[in-house]
Amino acid sequence: MGHAITRRSFLKGTLTAAGSIAATSSVARAAAAMDKGEAIATLIDISKCVGCEECVHACKEANADKYPKPQKPFPKMYPKGVKAEDWSDKTDVIDRLTPYNWLYIQSATVDMNGETKELTIPRRCMHCTNPPCVKLCPWGSAIQLDNGISRIDADICLGGAKCQTVCPWLIPQRQTGVGLYLDILPAFAGNGVMYKCDRCYNRIAEGKVPACIEACPENVQTIGPRDEILKQAHELAASMNGYIYGENENGGTNTFYVSPVPFDKLNSVIEKGKGKPHLAAVSESMGTGDKLAMAMLIAPIAGVVGAAARFYNMSKKES
Amino acid sequence: MRLNEKIIRYIYIITFTFLTLTGFAQMPIFKRYHIADIPGLGWLAQFYITHAMHYIFAVILIGLSTYICVDYILNKPQGYTITSRVYAKSIIILGLIITGGLMVFKNLSGTPYSPFMISLLDLSHLTLCMALLFYFILLLGRSVRFY
Ligand code: SF4
Ligand code: SF4
Ligand code: SF4
Repeated sequence: MGHAITRRSFLKGTLTAAGSIAATSSVARAAAAMDKGEAIATLIDISKCVGCEECVHACKEANADKYPKPQKPFPKMYPKGVKAEDWSDKTDVIDRLTPYNWLYIQSATVDMNGETKELTIPRRCMHCTNPPCVKLCPWGSAIQLDNGISRIDADICLGGAKCQTVCPWLIPQRQTGVGLYLDILPAFAGNGVMYKCDRCYNRIAEGKVPACIEACPENVQTIGPRDEILKQAHELAASMNGYIYGENENGGTNTFYVSPVPFDKLNSVIEKGKGKPHLAAVSESMGTGDKLAMAMLIAPIAGVVGAAARFYNMSKKES
Repeated sequence: MRLNEKIIRYIYIITFTFLTLTGFAQMPIFKRYHIADIPGLGWLAQFYITHAMHYIFAVILIGLSTYICVDYILNKPQGYTITSRVYAKSIIILGLIITGGLMVFKNLSGTPYSPFMISLLDLSHLTLCMALLFYFILLLGRSVRFY
């Protein structure tokens, strides 16, 4: 993204200030939404992103205090074959998600109206409305706040990485040698702590804008109450004849990407793999569980009916 | 033992076995300890499968437990007294159903529990499960009544 560097330096001084004013007013609305117990969401206009990575650096700076400080050497883990994951010597990696990089820029070269164009897409946790990382965490270390933000409590997480396995985008990333597991049975259970975007929950609680939004010179992201942001996403998509990703994926998320190019097309050209999430359609992960939960309500009724039927049959036989 | 009791007993054994297995499978241990590598046990490391199975067997447990309770009240078998052991076990099972039910509710969309509440539920569900396992192990070898 060499061309972006000059553009980045140019834009930095001129547009960031304007960007933060716009973003601050939207976060004021987001704060009002939070007061009413509503979820906040972000709209990411892919057509505006220039891939300057200002947001990536801002995220790293703002969240540096939360990054893992692992103890080395790592305790031996059993059985053999349990691998340590160590990113502490690769903290400058920014071309994928890592425990030290919660946001990265994915690029997609596509044909648009007969022209070849490079689109850049900021990628991070989607903050799902019903997040399986939170709901299926066996320890309660992944939590969802009233404002819809999901985050992992680094003081409780044992690093089993279940949240990563159940996340449709495999977002959370593990660092070994840090966290509560060291104080329990480091050889036999746990393997560090999982890290991901926490939507700058602490900044939001202070009435500030997430760092990535504040730093973006192009105002790619808009934050606010979910209903309002979703409406804006639809208006934007309609205005560019575009597409939305994140509204229905995994049953709904609090991140809406709007793109002039269909997402299946983008998905086919982006680099995917470890720490590099896809853009494919995702069905609702917790959907089956929700349906079975309904069956749980009927189960006691079935039990009563069964016992009553047996009683009736027996009484009939006796008489 | 009457046929009805026998069938119920077998359903109970199968239900508890699978509830325990799929319950422990909610922790990422079967893959780490290569149990899921044993042919036929790969599903133990599939979180969505074990999650759904845990729910299905919970449905059976709830249905069966209600059936047994109501059946006991309606048909009070002659000479059948509830021992303190059975009371203890019933309370543990009731505790498992209540904590499990609250966790199912937690898993529905739009029900964010406080982190403290989630950890408390997780730990009490696990503790009750260990208590029930301990009960079964203690009575192993004796003639155990499963209900
Ligand atoms: S995208 Fe993944 S990590 Fe983020 S909330 Fe959804 S399930 Fe959790
Ligand atoms: S919201 Fe905060 S934590 Fe998340 S990507 Fe942006 S800067 Fe990073
Ligand atoms: S989202 Fe904004 S800051 Fe991030 S790469 Fe795109 S233009 Fe730059």
